[in-house]
Amino acid sequence: MTATDVAARPTGTPAGRPARTRGRGPGLVQKLLPLLPAVVLLLLFFAGPVIWSIYTAFTNEALSGVGAGATRFIGLGNFRRMFSDPAFVSSVVRTVVFVIGSAVIGQNCLGLLIALLLRGRSRAVQSTVALVVVGAWVMPEIVAAFCWYAYLNRSGSLNSWLGHVGFHQDWLYTAPMFGVILANVWRGTAFSMMVYSAALSDISPDVEEAASIDGASGFKRLWLVTLPMIRRAIVTNLMLITLQTLAVFTTIYVLTGGGPGTKSQTTPIYMYEQAFKFYNLGYGTAMALILLVVGALFSLVYLRFLNVDEK
Amino acid sequence: MRRPTRVVLSAVTAATLALGSASCSSSSGSGSGSKTLKVAYQKFGAFTQMDQLMHSVKKQYEKAHPGWTVQLEPIQADENSYYTKLDLMNRSSSTAPDVLYEDTFLVNADISAGYLAPIDSYLSKWKDWSQFTPTSKTAGKGQDGKTYGVPMGTDTRGLWYNKQLFQKAGLPTNWQPKNWNDVLTAARTIKQKVPGVVPFNIYSGKAAGEAATMQGFEMLLYGTQNQLWDSKSKKWIVSSPGMKDAMGFLNTVFSEKLGPNPQDALDPQWGTKVSTQLLPTSKLAIDLDGSWLTGTWKKNGQKPWPQYTTVMGAAAMPTEHGQAPGKTSMSGGWLLSVGSKSSHKDQAFQLISLALNRQNTLTYDNIASQIAERKDVANDPKYKNSDPFTSFFTGLVKYTHFRPAYSTYPQVSDAIQQAMEAVMTGQASAGAAVSQFGANVKSAVGPDKTTTS
Repeated sequence: MTATDVAARPTGTPAGRPARTRGRGPGLVQKLLPLLPAVVLLLLFFAGPVIWSIYTAFTNEALSGVGAGATRFIGLGNFRRMFSDPAFVSSVVRTVVFVIGSAVIGQNCLGLLIALLLRGRSRAVQSTVALVVVGAWVMPEIVAAFCWYAYLNRSGSLNSWLGHVGFHQDWLYTAPMFGVILANVWRGTAFSMMVYSAALSDISPDVEEAASIDGASGFKRLWLVTLPMIRRAIVTNLMLITLQTLAVFTTIYVLTGGGPGTKSQTTPIYMYEQAFKFYNLGYGTAMALILLVVGALFSLVYLRFLNVDEK
Repeated sequence: MRRPTRVVLSAVTAATLALGSASCSSSSGSGSGSKTLKVAYQKFGAFTQMDQLMHSVKKQYEKAHPGWTVQLEPIQADENSYYTKLDLMNRSSSTAPDVLYEDTFLVNADISAGYLAPIDSYLSKWKDWSQFTPTSKTAGKGQDGKTYGVPMGTDTRGLWYNKQLFQKAGLPTNWQPKNWNDVLTAARTIKQKVPGVVPFNIYSGKAAGEAATMQGFEMLLYGTQNQLWDSKSKKWIVSSPGMKDAMGFLNTVFSEKLGPNPQDALDPQWGTKVSTQLLPTSKLAIDLDGSWLTGTWKKNGQKPWPQYTTVMGAAAMPTEHGQAPGKTSMSGGWLLSVGSKSSHKDQAFQLISLALNRQNTLTYDNIASQIAERKDVANDPKYKNSDPFTSFFTGLVKYTHFRPAYSTYPQVSDAIQQAMEAVMTGQASAGAAVSQFGANVKSAVGPDKTTTS
């Protein structure tokens, strides 16, 4: 079972059933031919930059200065510099906090909670809630970020409401990490909710009924029956939202720009700053590779922790 | 068997998501037509004067050279992003401009990147070149001794103050502080006597970008006995008594609430807000800012405000204790350069010499409130009388300093902004900010390139 299969499940395909057609249709070449334009485009615009980025990470490539004129291979120089750069190390810590706070805890738990609460409700309730939650998700990231900026900033909506009761907040300034985590939870919860709703709808009511006849309380039923049954969906969801959240740039850039100071400077923001403000393209792309490693580590932890393969 | 597949799959997904934010594709852009000159310059916020000049130059050039088209590429971006976008354009010959608007302090970096073409052979044949002042001729000079750009005009910095607010506070309307303390005293008086206005604006923090470094920190530092660059050892000075005093000054301004609210000052739009809202509505008493400010308030500026000539006053920034020469200023300035990837270098220089001939320079220096670097323009009554502040800011040229134009300057500048931000937000004391600055610069440029004094 691969992650794609797991991801496909929520759309309703029962797990394990091979969706293969064995008809004697057109030949292989004819079947693959229509894919060609897409593959070429992907190679050109996708694989190209990815390979270029990996190559650049080992050079002193720059936007201006010597590195732009005479680019040279510098081996692991960028990586050595990275680990003696306190700003980079703390940006990774902030990124991990951001991922755990907004993806693992926020989006994941809230999405599961909404999906559980929506089970068995009337159609009207389900579609109203889904519309509201998914509305946040389909909104372009930059628009959502501006909405949150307008809401959270010092002269924003939240403050003017709180002002009436004599309360004052300026989270983007005093607790910037909290502000960006909140905005990201709001935006991304819909995805988790949809994944879990689909997974939950696959569980046969008989199973839970049997559990409740055996005397399992609501919480026990959830913990011992429901959650184990959707643990594949949990792993898939965690992996996808972790990778999405690791790369979040727009939301943070718009809300705080990584500030005040460097208090909300996650690795993508720091990477942007190094690559495009200080012109160190090579250093920036090297950080992207490290980010990739961080993503892989998260995935490994999920796989171990939720023990999906044991069957 | 299954686990590796999934790890690979997640790794690939991670790669796509992560690399997406740092990689850039260089395979775009339109090929420049056979008889087209591409001109790249900045247009942002209150700075629209360059756009006006270029529109007029485009008309003049196309009239004088039938068959040629001038393609204007105004880059809508703040200063930092302008350089980034310009350098990205420069990377590929299909997007590289023929004529570019270049900041003097980045000239060296762009020369070593190979983006600019030397123009000595054209200059020697250009009779107007003799009109440029000797200092201005060096502005576009690379370390190889060749010249890479024609200066458009320079600027100086000083203290703008609102005479009406000063009168209300009982302060003299022909104000000239003798030292830093006088500036602080005036700000304290305003705070006490005229509530509801910001007493003193000094740009600070990362959001203000280079304005914080140059109009803020360097205006202070170069008024002490220390500077930022040790030209003898060719190293950055990362710690000095002057630097601590400058940070201390900043700390006083923000801890006594003589400055703007830090949250407001950390808004990237703060600079535009100061010149288009706070000053014209008399909500700010003293502003440490550039000579170009009046350009915003003139007829074609972003915020026309004819009363500025009577409401505003200007004073030189004093040195720390009033030590000789008593005043200080910082200067920058911009050039027009020929792109090295241009296939029409002759025409590109033609366009530059047209854009910066006597008439066009006069117009530009007047609308953009630049300090003229052509002698014929500087002596023109239309320049001298264009603005009541022209002669004052031109007079500051003799006290002025230039930034160390080395390719690592942007990193040092950023470290300064971070240190300023730490002080203004109360996250660090002046001393702690200076040592943090030292550590940042060392990690950015290498410990062998720094020193203390």
